[in-house]
Amino acid sequence: MSQNGTFKPVLVGFLCNWCSYRAADLAGTSRMGYPATLRDIRIMCTGRLDPTFVLRALQQGADGVLVMGCHPGQCHYQEGNYKAIRRFALLKRVLRQMGLEDARVQLHWASAAQGVLFAQTVAQMTEQIKALGPLDWPRHWPDEDPFARIALAMQEDAHE
Amino acid sequence: MSDKRVGVYVCHCGHNIAGTVDVEHVAEWAWGLPNVAVSRDCQFMCASLGQDMIEEDIREHGLTHIVVASCSPHMHEKTFRGACERAGLNPYLFEMANIREHASWVHPHDKDGATDKAKALVSAAVHRVLQQQPLEPLQVDIRPETLVVGGGIAGIQAALEIADAGFPVYLVEREPSIGGHMAQFDKTFPTLDCAACILTPKMFDAGAHPNITLLTYSEVEQVDGYVGNFTVRVRRKARHVDESLCTGCGTCWEKCPKKVIDTVFEAGMGYRTAIYRPFPQAVPKYPVIDTENCTYYQTGKCKICEKFCPTEAIRFDMEDEYVDLEVGNIVLATGYDIFDARRIPQYGYGRLANVFTSLEFERLTNAAGPTEGKVVLRDGVTEPRSVAIIHCVGSRDKNTNEYCSAICCMSSLKFDHLVMEKTGAQVYNFYIDMRPIHKGYEEFYHRILDEGTQFIRGRVAEITDAAHSPEEEGKLIVIAEDTLIGRQRRVPVDMVILAAGLEPRADAQGVAHMFGVGCGDSGFFTERHPKLDPVATMTEGVYIAGACQGPKDIPDSVAQGAAAAARILGVIFRKQVALEPIRASIDESRCSGCRICNTMCPYNAISFIEELSVSRVNPALCKGCGTCVAACPSQIITGAHFTFEQIMAEIDGILVDVHTAPPEHTAVEAV
Amino acid sequence: MSDKPKLAQYWASSCGGCEIAVLGLHEKILDVAGAFEIVFWPCVMDFKYADVEAMADGAIDVCLFNGAIRNDENAHLAHLLRRKSKVLVAFGACAYGGSMPGLANFTDREAMFDWIYFHSPSTENPGNVRPEMRTTMPEGDLRLPRFWNTVKTLEQIVPVDYFLPGCPPEAGSIEIAINAIVSGQLPPPGSVIGSDTTVCDECPREKLNKKVKRFYRPHEIIPDPNICLLDQGLFCAGIATRAGCNARCPQVDLGCRGCYGPNEGVYDQGAKLIAGIGSMIDADTVEEVEAILDTLPDPAGYFYRFHLPQSLLRRKALGNGKKQPKTEPVAATR
Repeated sequence: MSQNGTFKPVLVGFLCNWCSYRAADLAGTSRMGYPATLRDIRIMCTGRLDPTFVLRALQQGADGVLVMGCHPGQCHYQEGNYKAIRRFALLKRVLRQMGLEDARVQLHWASAAQGVLFAQTVAQMTEQIKALGPLDWPRHWPDEDPFARIALAMQEDAHE
Repeated sequence: MSDKRVGVYVCHCGHNIAGTVDVEHVAEWAWGLPNVAVSRDCQFMCASLGQDMIEEDIREHGLTHIVVASCSPHMHEKTFRGACERAGLNPYLFEMANIREHASWVHPHDKDGATDKAKALVSAAVHRVLQQQPLEPLQVDIRPETLVVGGGIAGIQAALEIADAGFPVYLVEREPSIGGHMAQFDKTFPTLDCAACILTPKMFDAGAHPNITLLTYSEVEQVDGYVGNFTVRVRRKARHVDESLCTGCGTCWEKCPKKVIDTVFEAGMGYRTAIYRPFPQAVPKYPVIDTENCTYYQTGKCKICEKFCPTEAIRFDMEDEYVDLEVGNIVLATGYDIFDARRIPQYGYGRLANVFTSLEFERLTNAAGPTEGKVVLRDGVTEPRSVAIIHCVGSRDKNTNEYCSAICCMSSLKFDHLVMEKTGAQVYNFYIDMRPIHKGYEEFYHRILDEGTQFIRGRVAEITDAAHSPEEEGKLIVIAEDTLIGRQRRVPVDMVILAAGLEPRADAQGVAHMFGVGCGDSGFFTERHPKLDPVATMTEGVYIAGACQGPKDIPDSVAQGAAAAARILGVIFRKQVALEPIRASIDESRCSGCRICNTMCPYNAISFIEELSVSRVNPALCKGCGTCVAACPSQIITGAHFTFEQIMAEIDGILVDVHTAPPEHTAVEAV
Repeated sequence: MSDKPKLAQYWASSCGGCEIAVLGLHEKILDVAGAFEIVFWPCVMDFKYADVEAMADGAIDVCLFNGAIRNDENAHLAHLLRRKSKVLVAFGACAYGGSMPGLANFTDREAMFDWIYFHSPSTENPGNVRPEMRTTMPEGDLRLPRFWNTVKTLEQIVPVDYFLPGCPPEAGSIEIAINAIVSGQLPPPGSVIGSDTTVCDECPREKLNKKVKRFYRPHEIIPDPNICLLDQGLFCAGIATRAGCNARCPQVDLGCRGCYGPNEGVYDQGAKLIAGIGSMIDADTVEEVEAILDTLPDPAGYFYRFHLPQSLLRRKALGNGKKQPKTEPVAATR
């Protein structure tokens, strides 16, 4: 997170096994540099993306979530990415209502041959999130319970 | 949880990882992760030393789960799964963290960042692996029969290879005869041997082979099942000729009074009758009645063919029949469509009489074609004295198809030779790049150059009959920029041949969907891997061969047909196939039967059981994409090896150093 | 003092419907009264907080706690009753998931007070009066509990033993819970007392192949009484809502509102509704998808109607995600 005033975003990536994960592999073998902000999770298909995953990543402190899959029409499971498009559109509407900036959660496509595009996408999203600043979602529900400290102290007393 | 013991192995990969990521630090830090019992770094994990280390640790330290942080799982997942298996650990209790392709190689100037990321990825893998379950691959029996769809050269080759090995093949072809596009050609490049001479024996073999059942004039309508056990419904279109009686004598089509332009085999260059056999060497030899053009079907009168048939084989009342085939594997060899040159109106095809397509020219120059091989203009008599061949028509063009059609350079060179040989005309080639890339092709190119063909480098802007000068009068003028001399040129010629590109079949999308294969951007069927698995598809048991996978010439089509056959024979000989256990399964006791998942599966693996009001996954059909798993609103579909718990654990693990959320209950902070 | 187990019931931030639901047991309420000694139930009997404070810790056998936690008083009673009770039950959707009071998490305290006391069309407040935490009157100081920015569930404040979902819980569910308590045959602590399937399981409507080209709001269509409402394009949360109510709303042509909360094992009911409803959209291009979604206004409101505070994100971002000024601890002052 924030070190010496320079904000280094943490992005969680969900990459499909067949296209975007391989694009990331290709970016690696081709030594295309991009910021060390993306921490990626492999799923078989963007169709596997449970919206819960995105919410969980945000709740756990990610500054952004990047979902990448095969280009429409090129899904290895024929149409999984179309299902991702539908659910993602709805997820975005909900997230907008939750007051989340659009750039925080993005869906992109990269074929297995598009290492350059993959690297560019990560770099571009990193810049956008840097401009937005840290998300740190849990700060949105500050603890307001004045009795919690007392309660905890009493619980500890009980243990002693 | 507490009895789980995780082994973590962080690979240096020589300098590849260790040059950027502080590998020792990552391995040291990993000791602090949950249930880690062993954490080590190693120079090369994939070497036998590294693999032996895993095996020894599993035995000595009783490790129950293994994490290797090294390269991409696409590189070495199999390797390390093997090591686990040898030590008696289920291979699905292994997880990989990709800290080379996804960390050290892409962040060479940010060592701290790369190290932090490597730690996060290792943490993710440890958290995930703790949720992983042992899995067993699914064993499926394989039927020995194979279905080949498409009787072009690729399909014929595949059928013959399998049949010769002793296994039954059904060869389904839409047209009345097998042979495909190759049967339409005159000569084949670069050797110039006659297409019919090399194809006909193969067609005959396929027709006469005891292991091959030919289903011509037939189309696949429905595909069910999965690898080893497909059920395929084929519609046998009514030929209106009884094959058991017909001798193919030809009396019927000689007597038939109705002449029709043959747009399929003769590419519109010649006529056929309403009852017809597409070409003399057709296999099978039986004719069909084209009911849309037959006088009897249109007016109720005629029946001349019936009157003259010596064996009384004509059946006007014949109807389409359906046959259900049980097959273990399928080869799609459905070929290509030729690009419709009318889509580039400035080239004048269909408007300017003497603009021909490559397929039309093939018929023109074919000794069995409408002009008996004479290269003449549309008037049928005049020999051209100058001919222009336009390359890349409908290929390498952002307005039509971006891809290279692969065969046009060579077929154009072939045409150059044939035109010169038959007419002595001057031939001009308008090309973008010459791509004679296979064995003997470059030599053929030089031969054509030596024969005096002119090559003009530049895409043609327009073909017109509007003359600017007396010598252009009555000619077709090809207007192009000659990019080698940097000038516009107007070349007047008698005849233009458009080297039309290859396109996916018009119905390729529908066929792809029916067989559960994908189509790429260009619309051709998608192979499992573009380099390492070019004839398999994402659907196990369905293979692709020939131009349906992408533009290719005869040698490549034959090679793919044979390759698909070899793949299938391997499976047939094994009698069983092991399927990856990455599969969805529904907890039926908890399924509420909402049916959201029912339309999710592109492979129709999910069915709704009315009586129980639950949905059910057929594990052999499931490919493990997980789209139904994500869709299930009551979260009772499990995607093995990518379960909800596993991915959630991975998310929590990957953010181990950042998350600030109170884990549960109340976080206690100053008010 | 009798030997009967001691029962307490309390309402925090709730509408009172849960209290009515207990009375909805009809004559069986007498069994409850017979089986328990009621030691605290402000809704129906006169007890003071001091009475509870005077009890020994753990003196209450079972406390049925309904209502969300949205101010200091709610939190105080939550802690107090937790301490005094052996078994604490989050009773009803508000205590379990936040429910209607929890919809306040789509806004914040300041915006809410502004609307309620100054801008709402039905407000007439010529003196621009706004509740203060402390008002000095001749008779002395009047105090109001501090109003929180974020509504919380009971479990987010104190450990909870059992959850009884529903808005309100169906009489049948209450009966099952009471019987379990009386007989001592309780599920493991932390359990939700209810089914582990969803409303669709109890819904008699015929389910078809969920594919929709548009959504309808209830006033736009007269639904076929025998076909699944979702199949007809009417929003229904039943696909992602725990069973237990016998599909009460779908039975009367209304889409399930989701009051029983997420199914067993689900982290976030809204996320599962996004997944399920999103999967029904019959379109392949972004434009088509967006056009269909335009017919489903306020998806977050639909999806999180009963469980926003319990969801993973819990509330709308404060201050639109930009750097946040520290929320000042004192509320309700201008």
